[in-house]
Amino acid sequence: MKKTIKLQDLDCANCAAKIENAISKLDGVTHVKVSFLSQRMILEAQDDQFDSIIAQAKKIAKKIEPDMVIMA
Amino acid sequence: MSKKEKKLLRRIVIAGVIFGISLPFHFMEVLPVGLELIIFLGAYIIIGIDILWKAVRGITCGQVFDENFLMTIATIGAFFLGDYAEGVAVMLFYQVGELFSSYAVSKSRRSIADLMDIRPDYANIMQDGVLVQVDPEEIKVDDIIIVKPGERIPLDGIIKEGFSSLDTKALTGESIPREAAPGESVISGCINQTGKLTIKVSKEFAESTVSKILELVENASDKKSKSENFITRFARYYTPVVVAAAASLAILPPLITGGSFSLWIERALTFLVISCPCALVISVPLSFFGGIGGASKSGVLIKGSNYLEALARTEIAVFDKTGTLTKGNFVVSEIKPNHISKTALLRIAAYAEDYSSHPIAMSIKKAYGKTIDTTLIKDIAEIAGQGVKAIISDTAAIGDFVTDREILAGNQRLMQTNHISYDDTMAVGTIVYLAIDGAYAGSICIEDEIKPDARQALLDLKAAGVRQTVMLTGDNDAVGREVAAKLKLDEAYTELLPADKVEQLEKLMVQKSKTGMLAFVGDGINDAPVLARADIGIAMGGLGSDAAIEAADVVIMTDEPSKIVTAMKISKKTLRIVQQNIVFALGVKGIVLILGALGFATMWAAVFADVGVSVIAIINSMRALNVKKFQNTADPKEESRVAVKQVA
Repeated sequence: MKKTIKLQDLDCANCAAKIENAISKLDGVTHVKVSFLSQRMILEAQDDQFDSIIAQAKKIAKKIEPDMVIMA
Repeated sequence: MSKKEKKLLRRIVIAGVIFGISLPFHFMEVLPVGLELIIFLGAYIIIGIDILWKAVRGITCGQVFDENFLMTIATIGAFFLGDYAEGVAVMLFYQVGELFSSYAVSKSRRSIADLMDIRPDYANIMQDGVLVQVDPEEIKVDDIIIVKPGERIPLDGIIKEGFSSLDTKALTGESIPREAAPGESVISGCINQTGKLTIKVSKEFAESTVSKILELVENASDKKSKSENFITRFARYYTPVVVAAAASLAILPPLITGGSFSLWIERALTFLVISCPCALVISVPLSFFGGIGGASKSGVLIKGSNYLEALARTEIAVFDKTGTLTKGNFVVSEIKPNHISKTALLRIAAYAEDYSSHPIAMSIKKAYGKTIDTTLIKDIAEIAGQGVKAIISDTAAIGDFVTDREILAGNQRLMQTNHISYDDTMAVGTIVYLAIDGAYAGSICIEDEIKPDARQALLDLKAAGVRQTVMLTGDNDAVGREVAAKLKLDEAYTELLPADKVEQLEKLMVQKSKTGMLAFVGDGINDAPVLARADIGIAMGGLGSDAAIEAADVVIMTDEPSKIVTAMKISKKTLRIVQQNIVFALGVKGIVLILGALGFATMWAAVFADVGVSVIAIINSMRALNVKKFQNTADPKEESRVAVKQVA
């Protein structure tokens, strides 16, 4: 499944890069791209694991950029 | 400025004022230490409290060595050393830089959003006899909508009533308005200028041209260029390397030279402040973002930053002929009758070709101009690969014939098969030979018009660095060669079947240099495999043609080959800006790092090397949006009809 997810209050470009890197290492993720400029994330992952991946992604993002909200 | 930014600005002003007033007293050394501490500490807390908080939070979340932590250590360190004023100054400076940075990025995002502000907010539709405003998403196909003067056309459709002129600037970059009349199709996003238009909707909002364009541009910056990927990888290695260097800087020199630890630790901290790669990580993607936005403004949709990057390195430009270099509308160029009048020859040709909707037939009928009385056409038999045999009758319509005549209209083979000796003509184009009752009647030559800007475009391409210009066409050799000669193309390959086109393209790809790119320009309908195979697939006038938008990497909204040159120029400008930023950022950081290690750089220089460089790089990136000098003012003598098609 491929989903485009809005990221609210993503202010740090470096953080965006770190988040992208961390999420790409998650099990079941085939492709992820975080764009600081369009404030979005494109996530492609296995259907059956999608919800758990989103939950994990939210945790990762909170650690790196606590002010950001993943709208998914 | 956003709310967050305004709050920060307020804090900067308050802390700045306190600091500014206290500073002269500090230099005059007239205040007791305790009082100074309170004043400066107060200013420090006002300006730095969120940084301190973020630093603490960072440690608890495991992200220890981030900017906030470093700034906190550096400034608190200054306070411990008694440099109260310095601590406040550095924090203030840092926050000012952060505000600038944040503002610049927001402004860029907004500029691009404004550029693409072609989204219509409402549509006017008659409901129960009253004109109401509704969300464009609620309108269905075949609904009738009204667009008043000054309003934006909300959906693709066909004009039922009304004459007007349309401003297509937002979509095509063309400043000359396009005339609109009943029966013509219009696309969403254009602004209706002079007259009220009644439009029958042909596509729902989600499928409309404006929605598709917005989607394309929004997604374009997700496809990263090589430069962006490089910077991302670079940043990942750069930070740990600098942290390691800082650590060794803090530990080794004092151990070796016996100097004070605190001195070297301070230097190491300065080192770390400079180390943040933010300037590059923000400015490089921002430049590409701007470049893509600027290109859209000029009527060129680029589907990815990587394609924007590749355009600058185009070495070989390969063109399809019909519809790309030529208009694709055939025009009768020569009538050579044999023993009858030109008008008579044209008449029988028009009648014989009446059944067909092929462009050749259409051009003949157009040249004839008069209505065709279909009752006079007694029989039509199509002969595959040759032409048509028709039985036409009546005196008045066909000049001096009074009975049913057998008309043959077609190519040389038709004449040869029927043993009619024809006059071979020197004209270049598609020749339709005609015979009446077995006797040669003459030939009509039909030519495809070369686009008015094609010649200049090809010259400009060469000037822009394209080494080879090539044409691939399925059309016959004579026509192909003539067009190639007129346009001064380097090579032309004619009479190609679609599979041959791909093969020929492969041969050309091998001729590239290592970093060169090959661009193929086509009108998309049957060029999909070639568009896909080329490094850069460019579709012409492809607006609305789904096949073209799908297959191509770059879509030129109008039919103009000259826009390719515009795209290349924008690409080069964007790459130049990216290069400038990289050299500037790394250069300044490198120098300040060395100075910092040697002890010549103060905390000020460090903060500038980090935040100041960021701000400058970001402002420079925004130049990529400025494409004014690339927008040509169209020649008013040229046909200004913007051929913006809509899929049937």
